[in-house]
Amino acid sequence: MSSPANVMPSRLADIVGATNAVTDPRHLEAYEVDGKRPTAAVRPGTANEVAELVKLAVAENLAVIPCGARTKLGIGMTPSRYDLAIDMTRLDRVISYDPGDLTLSVESGISVSKLAAALAEHNQFLPLEVPFYDRATIGGALSSGVDSPLRQLYGTPRDFVLGMEFVTGEGALAKSGGRVVKNVSGYDLHKLFLGAIGSLGVITRVNLRTFPLPQRSATVLAAFRWANGAFEFNRAIQKSLLRPQAVEILSPAASAILNASQRGKPIFAGHDSAWWVAVGVAGNDSVIARCERELSAMAQIADRDSLESFELLKNDSQSRIWSAICELPAAILRASPQAAIFRVSCLPKNFAGLCEGSDGIANKFSLRIVQAFRGIGVACVALLPAEENLGAMPQLKQACAAMLDTSANWWKTSATIPWCPLEFKREINIWGAGRPDFSLMQKVKQAFDPRGIFAPGRFVGGL
Amino acid sequence: MEHSLLRSLEHLLGRDAVLSRPEDLLLYEYDGSVEVARPHCVVFPQSTAHAVKIVELANRFKTPIVGRGAGTGLSGGALARQGGIIVSFARMNRILDIDVENQRAVVQPGVVNSDLSAAVAHAGLHFAPDPSSQKACTIGGNVSENAGGPHTLAYGVTTNHILGLELVLPTGEVIRTGGKTLDPPGYDLCGLLVGSEGTLALVTEITVRLTRLPEAVKTLLAIYDRVDDATETVVEITARGITPAACEMLDGWTLRAVEAWVHAGFPLDSAAVLLIEVDGLRESAEEQAVAVTEVCRQHGAREVRVARDEKERELLWKGRKNAFGAVGRLSPTYYVQDGVIPRTKLPQTLREIDRIGKANGFEIGNIFHAGDGNLHPIILFDARDEKQFQRAVSTADQIIKFCIEMGGTITGEHGVGMEKDRLMPLLFSEADLALMRGVRDAFNPDALLNPAKIFPTGKGCGEVRIRPLVQQGAAPA
Repeated sequence: MSSPANVMPSRLADIVGATNAVTDPRHLEAYEVDGKRPTAAVRPGTANEVAELVKLAVAENLAVIPCGARTKLGIGMTPSRYDLAIDMTRLDRVISYDPGDLTLSVESGISVSKLAAALAEHNQFLPLEVPFYDRATIGGALSSGVDSPLRQLYGTPRDFVLGMEFVTGEGALAKSGGRVVKNVSGYDLHKLFLGAIGSLGVITRVNLRTFPLPQRSATVLAAFRWANGAFEFNRAIQKSLLRPQAVEILSPAASAILNASQRGKPIFAGHDSAWWVAVGVAGNDSVIARCERELSAMAQIADRDSLESFELLKNDSQSRIWSAICELPAAILRASPQAAIFRVSCLPKNFAGLCEGSDGIANKFSLRIVQAFRGIGVACVALLPAEENLGAMPQLKQACAAMLDTSANWWKTSATIPWCPLEFKREINIWGAGRPDFSLMQKVKQAFDPRGIFAPGRFVGGL
Repeated sequence: MEHSLLRSLEHLLGRDAVLSRPEDLLLYEYDGSVEVARPHCVVFPQSTAHAVKIVELANRFKTPIVGRGAGTGLSGGALARQGGIIVSFARMNRILDIDVENQRAVVQPGVVNSDLSAAVAHAGLHFAPDPSSQKACTIGGNVSENAGGPHTLAYGVTTNHILGLELVLPTGEVIRTGGKTLDPPGYDLCGLLVGSEGTLALVTEITVRLTRLPEAVKTLLAIYDRVDDATETVVEITARGITPAACEMLDGWTLRAVEAWVHAGFPLDSAAVLLIEVDGLRESAEEQAVAVTEVCRQHGAREVRVARDEKERELLWKGRKNAFGAVGRLSPTYYVQDGVIPRTKLPQTLREIDRIGKANGFEIGNIFHAGDGNLHPIILFDARDEKQFQRAVSTADQIIKFCIEMGGTITGEHGVGMEKDRLMPLLFSEADLALMRGVRDAFNPDALLNPAKIFPTGKGCGEVRIRPLVQQGAAPA
């Protein structure tokens, strides 16, 4: 076989045009994944071009990683091979938008924020407040599996992606689902692409349902002296008849990092060591008034001595709070690029256990810890080297292993490490404990990508 | 061979858990569709271990296996198209765990849909998917077909409420996927399995999400003299960003059939009614009810009634959920379609259905989930008249083709099964189908599980395999 470096430039340019085929090593740095640089990057303009590129990759045995704005390419294990980056950002069109049907079909490279602006003109939105919001693409947001605080009410892409078109590992352009809100024709193959970090194929088009913007929204901010007060408040909310859009619990360190990430005045002010709970509510004036009344009562009953402050915000400052919360991983990485950020699925009743247990691990290894909990049952736990001890990498690595181990064996949770120092990946499986259904995942991978050309080695179990 | 398979099954499960006499099998030749297929036997496992042993025997005797819940499906999904063993989960009907705080339940597949909701009602919870057959259909069946129902407009279909499954693969392996916690790492196999119509694995345990019951529910009946006014109301409700919990339409023909049987209070002289439900907090339900009423009036509703109490509400829903039973009184045989269209296309689609019906000499009744554009046109025909039957099927196909032209799909909640496999190529390319077959073969390589379903068998669209029944009357969702 001829070496990729020889074959590729002209063949790639034949498919996407010379200006969209990048082979200059200096420009390829931007496409590095875990320090591995591809031989070429291409920017296709159509789904058919993507299919042609994949066929070429199959013929030449090139390993492919699809990407959008490249904000979350570090999620996953280090690729075992990587020759070609398929940059989807030129595929950024709205194919159809029917506000009356609350449905939308877009190319996968469209940016989430650009799309949000188009929807806002029709008083609609997508509940996708994901990290790196200003740059992230739809395809990247769905593939990386990041979630949004709004999932409390609106669910995850699993609930509002109606269908997809994608290119398989054999270069076939295929689709599943459709464009209507209800559909059981054929297998829901598109669900497999969610969180699969490009290991099954290249998403070229996504059909979504959109949501009407609520009449009014408001945000309750409550500060608790102790974590348990915040957790009890959340349990009361989840048990109540209120239907909040989002419930987010922030440890003192999490709110401090978000404060530091803001220009201007801090968001969570006045209670430095408090556990903050932000609750987003929406509806008409009387619904919001009732939410305020009942949430206030719940906050006091939750742990009377613990409540330090309670306020309801109705103005624009709310959006600042939620943007900051959705960017928590980015803020942590800015505060400490060496941070290891865990995502832990955890039932709300086990929040306190997860909190204490992870505190214990941080203490044992003299690390800083940041914790944030989505009230519905997903936590973000970050371990950071202590400020005075940035060389503490061995401790951090041991702590990561302890977190994964404890989470599987003790907390009955599943934990992964979407972000961590690159060198950890040599020894730690960032996808956490082995999955009981791994043999089925292998079968799925085999059906979509029989030659293993997509993102080899990056996904769960080396898929 | 067959005799020794039966002996082995009887040895495994006991004689009372194996049916093989023709008169015992009769019931299992049918489901809620117009399909017929006779199994060799029906077995009733009581545990996952039983299911594994049954799969092992089926492998040894190279006999197909078809899972079955209550047999209320509408596309032949639970019929043994190529004979073999029907595995009825009727005796695996225990609720294994109810976790009120985390709003989860773990159930065996044979648990009846409404039994689960009843079991958690004391905690103010319910299982949200509510197919019209919910008093009979099982959660295992709901999972296989990704069942819908009137209230899925606001609450989502079955797949949105399933978090974990225990599977028995055609190899006899038992594998768990997902569970009580959210977002398990790896491919979303639950998402793939739900709605796979029993072609990938037998499901022996299900972890579901429970949903809080709303504080307030308002049920409205809007009455119209013109079908167009009713369909335009639906378009406008969606356009205004109001998401009712349910929005059902019955046309004049259907509501007269229903009224004669159920006496739900539907006005006999109207052209259509909309049954609209809004829910949520008191303050929100009130306001939505006012907004919906206003839209109905603006679009020519001659009257909008609000159910005054739970009894009135139940009666209206009884009318809706028993509609197909009512239709069954008028004609022993009818054919129900399940096409979906974008909601904005409702008015023109209903007009087209009317036109297609008249051109083919049928009066077509319509009763459907208007809010999400999921149509259920009903074509009555006389089963004794082969030509008429063929014409009914061709009429239904014309309707489905129109749905696809409108940007819709061939089935919204009933499944493809053995009824619509021949229509799949209208929606999916050869590449799409090849990939789906590839996934099926990865799980179920020898087509041991539910063979000859979903995928077209290559005999061409012209050939109609369905046969009319003498009597049928299960209610679609």
